[in-house]
Amino acid sequence: MDGVHDLGGMQGFGPVEREENEPVFHAVWEAAVLAMQHAGRSRGLFNIDEFRHGIERMAPAHYLRATYYEKWLEGITRLLVEKGVVGAEELAARRVFFEGKPDASSATTLTGPPPARGAFNPRWAEDFIRETGATPRFAPGDAVCTREMHPPGHTRLPRYARGKRGVVHLCHGIHVFPDTNAHGQGEQPQPLYSVRFDARELWGESAEPNQAVHIDLWESYLLPGR
Amino acid sequence: MGKNHPNVDPYIVSRVRALESLLLEKGILAPDAVDRVIQRYEADTGPMVGARAVAKAWADPDYKRLLLADPKAALARLDLDYAMLMVVENTAAVHNLVVCTLCSCYPWPVLGLPPTWYKMPAYRSRAVSEPRALLREMGLDVPAPREVRVWDSSAEMRYMVLPQRPAGTERLTEAELVPLITRDALIGVAEVRPAAAAR
Repeated sequence: MDGVHDLGGMQGFGPVEREENEPVFHAVWEAAVLAMQHAGRSRGLFNIDEFRHGIERMAPAHYLRATYYEKWLEGITRLLVEKGVVGAEELAARRVFFEGKPDASSATTLTGPPPARGAFNPRWAEDFIRETGATPRFAPGDAVCTREMHPPGHTRLPRYARGKRGVVHLCHGIHVFPDTNAHGQGEQPQPLYSVRFDARELWGESAEPNQAVHIDLWESYLLPGR
Repeated sequence: MGKNHPNVDPYIVSRVRALESLLLEKGILAPDAVDRVIQRYEADTGPMVGARAVAKAWADPDYKRLLLADPKAALARLDLDYAMLMVVENTAAVHNLVVCTLCSCYPWPVLGLPPTWYKMPAYRSRAVSEPRALLREMGLDVPAPREVRVWDSSAEMRYMVLPQRPAGTERLTEAELVPLITRDALIGVAEVRPAAAAR
């Protein structure tokens, strides 16, 4: 989707603001959000592509206003409610409870031992390559052109790189395809390439001198070069 | 927006506690999961693995070749199992810079959690379209004859820069080199400076 998350080349955000001696977490709740994301993914409740798309569906103004872990909270909550893992009503009631008791432990509401859950997938964090034996259509050095497309769902072809000519740098192997995996349409793995674009192709006369961008792109984003 | 505020909005905190308590209750979140996350990212990881790999590459040309050609095998020698990394080398002709314009992808296993600025719109929007201006603002002037090569992490491959070894460090050992190698240099927004010039 052409969402506000697709930031490459946008203007007006000002200088990069660096924080000296930045802590790993600014508050404990950030670590809790990270732990919940790990739990959801490792237990197979949602995959990384569904998670990213959950964040992309935030209202644009909210997305820009939200901190990183607030975006994660939005994505996780949306998916867990959509998938029926938690109910919107029980979540709302529980929020009111903790708003009144901000220092209560999150175990406060436990009435008994939690149910035992099955083992999680220990390789979930890097499990994206599928050795399907598919033959890549393109080879290093091949000229390619990215498709000019505006799908309503999840895609990893950035807006600034659509309808642009590039050259295949290398093939990373066969990878899970986010555009389907984010929508319950399966992994549909396909070759993933590092494609090199000259900055002039991307930014025209506004390009800085002697610059290139390498983007990792799935085969179905690419057409043979002109 | 753009400010690194301390993140204690009571509405957000209550939403986190609510979800956390429900996931505990349903057996999805382990009772010690949050403590383990804090331990893992505050104490056990950080830019050290990436820095150790770079120091080793500077000290040992064979290791450098391996790190560039087969990062998984090179990282295994540092007891890290990580298959999704590409290492890109800075040279006299090329300066590399890493970004994720679509979200905030970052090589956590070698660099730890990303700094806030890496995840904010200013960096993500500008790194691909005006990297020289961005780097200049961040204190790094890349002369025009040197190509700026930006890596937009749009898939599950992650990127780490192999910076140039600075002059004046020829006599340092691998262990002495490690603390000179900053996270920012491994992202590509800084170069490694010899100890005398370091802050």
